[in-house]
Amino acid sequence: MDNVSTLSAKISIEHLTYRYPFAKNRSLEDITLSIDAGQSIGIIGRNGAGKSTLCYTLSGLIPRFFHGKIEGSIKIDGEDVPTMSVEKLIRKVGLVLQNPFSQISGAKMTVYEEVAFGLENLGIEKDEMHERIDTVLKQFDLYKKKDENPFELSGGQLQRLAIASVLALQPEILILDEPTSQLDPRGTTEVFEAISQLKTLGITVIIVEHKFEKLVEYVDKIALLNDGKLVEYDTAEKIFSMPQIEDYGVGQPIYTALCKRMGLKKPNGYYPVSFNETVTLLNGLKMYE
Amino acid sequence: MSDAVIKVDGLWFAYKDNEYVLQDINIQFDDRPTAIVGQNGAGKTTFVKVLKGLLKPSKGDVWISGTNTKETTVAQLSKIIGLVFQNPSDQMFKSKVIDEVMFGPQNIWKDKKDKNFVYEQSIKALKIVELDNKLEEHPYDLTLSERKLLCLASVIAMDPKIVILDEPTIAQDRFSTKKIAGIIEELVKDGKVVLTITHDMDFVAENFERTVIFYQGQVLDDGPTEKVLSNEENVATAHLELPNLVRLAKALDFKTTPLTIDDFVEEFSTYKKAGD
Repeated sequence: MDNVSTLSAKISIEHLTYRYPFAKNRSLEDITLSIDAGQSIGIIGRNGAGKSTLCYTLSGLIPRFFHGKIEGSIKIDGEDVPTMSVEKLIRKVGLVLQNPFSQISGAKMTVYEEVAFGLENLGIEKDEMHERIDTVLKQFDLYKKKDENPFELSGGQLQRLAIASVLALQPEILILDEPTSQLDPRGTTEVFEAISQLKTLGITVIIVEHKFEKLVEYVDKIALLNDGKLVEYDTAEKIFSMPQIEDYGVGQPIYTALCKRMGLKKPNGYYPVSFNETVTLLNGLKMYE
Repeated sequence: MSDAVIKVDGLWFAYKDNEYVLQDINIQFDDRPTAIVGQNGAGKTTFVKVLKGLLKPSKGDVWISGTNTKETTVAQLSKIIGLVFQNPSDQMFKSKVIDEVMFGPQNIWKDKKDKNFVYEQSIKALKIVELDNKLEEHPYDLTLSERKLLCLASVIAMDPKIVILDEPTIAQDRFSTKKIAGIIEELVKDGKVVLTITHDMDFVAENFERTVIFYQGQVLDDGPTEKVLSNEENVATAHLELPNLVRLAKALDFKTTPLTIDDFVEEFSTYKKAGD
């Protein structure tokens, strides 16, 4: 049975262990998990838990950019990520970094050219290139900005541009490492709206995020990391209802904290994690008590 | 309310001719813990750089503990006002944690006879941020959240009356955010004037008595946090969001603005009774 699920998984990680060169401790230790095609997965954990490192192994930056020793296996569509050709890898996985300033090329004068940059490197035909650029710019509401200088965009727009540029390459998997940490509330909302579109496109999304109230609205499952180990991999309501969740220093959605304090669970025995669930539960109390 | 430690009169500021990023700001700050909120580009960081004397007003005056910033030097001001930058790398340059923290105090107390004073002052600051077990480490071997705490310690070690934090919770997990809230509380208890720039509206609701909203270089609203955050229209104009609990309270037709879980639970019990 295990073999079957591993075979159909988009991403399958088995006993993955990794240590950065010269580092004393392992950043990832014996991680096993699989992600199905089209799923959205949140990765949570305190600072230093291994979240970014996991993103780098999934996107192939480890071991190509960061060296060090990898043990265990990490596969996309059954193929080994560390040894896959870079050209193939780029078509499979896109990575969006925390700070959009480190992501965009900085060499292009317009939003349009910025998106074209990655496509030119892949040698995409001109007509198709223009079509792809138009599509992603419209998708992320940047079409009107296409002739502007990327550095004149707001933080939220710039991060959307970073996502659009990666998506123009049409990866099957998109990894976002704290994509909203540098953004104000409006920018954050814009980026999460963009992420919700990815789901409808059938893209497999992996997102590292501390803003749990937003995160739980978009993900199917959450992987909780602590000291490089996978503590739990389950739905948000199960993860945040764990009695020992406090021990991992990650906190919880404020709605969950509130309901725990009030001793309120959903009919299925788990605490609410989202705004809507909490409103429903509290409104119900008012009506029936 | 106690006396104003910071007084800003008719402040205008422009980086380029006539492009004012701060426009006619009149405000005073006292010892109430205060949050400064506003979207990216609203002028918050520019404003605190003017307070710190790093930028001089184009028009108007800033008074820090009775001294006009135009009539003093940044070095003089650094004894009274400390600014913790958003990005720790903008601030650090020594190769050991303890040296990094001692650098500021060494400069402002260079005539001090007691050589141990600076060291003790620095250790005290590192204890407050709980990094006193990492004195010999290289700042770049610390995690990002530890580096942010190290920058905070470097400022605290100089014992300024005013401490300004620019986005202390960015990229921090909940555990570190709580720690920062605890440190702010300590500083306030110690008689410091603490101003904090942040986007994290839940953090504002839980930790600050007073909130100032910046919008397009002007002060859009200023007052007790409960009052400022109950004005949905202003919050929306400034492109901010209500704290999650306030949003929840609005959806449930609460009459009050609960800022903490305790507030919410208390209000919900009266609300339930009223619904009976």
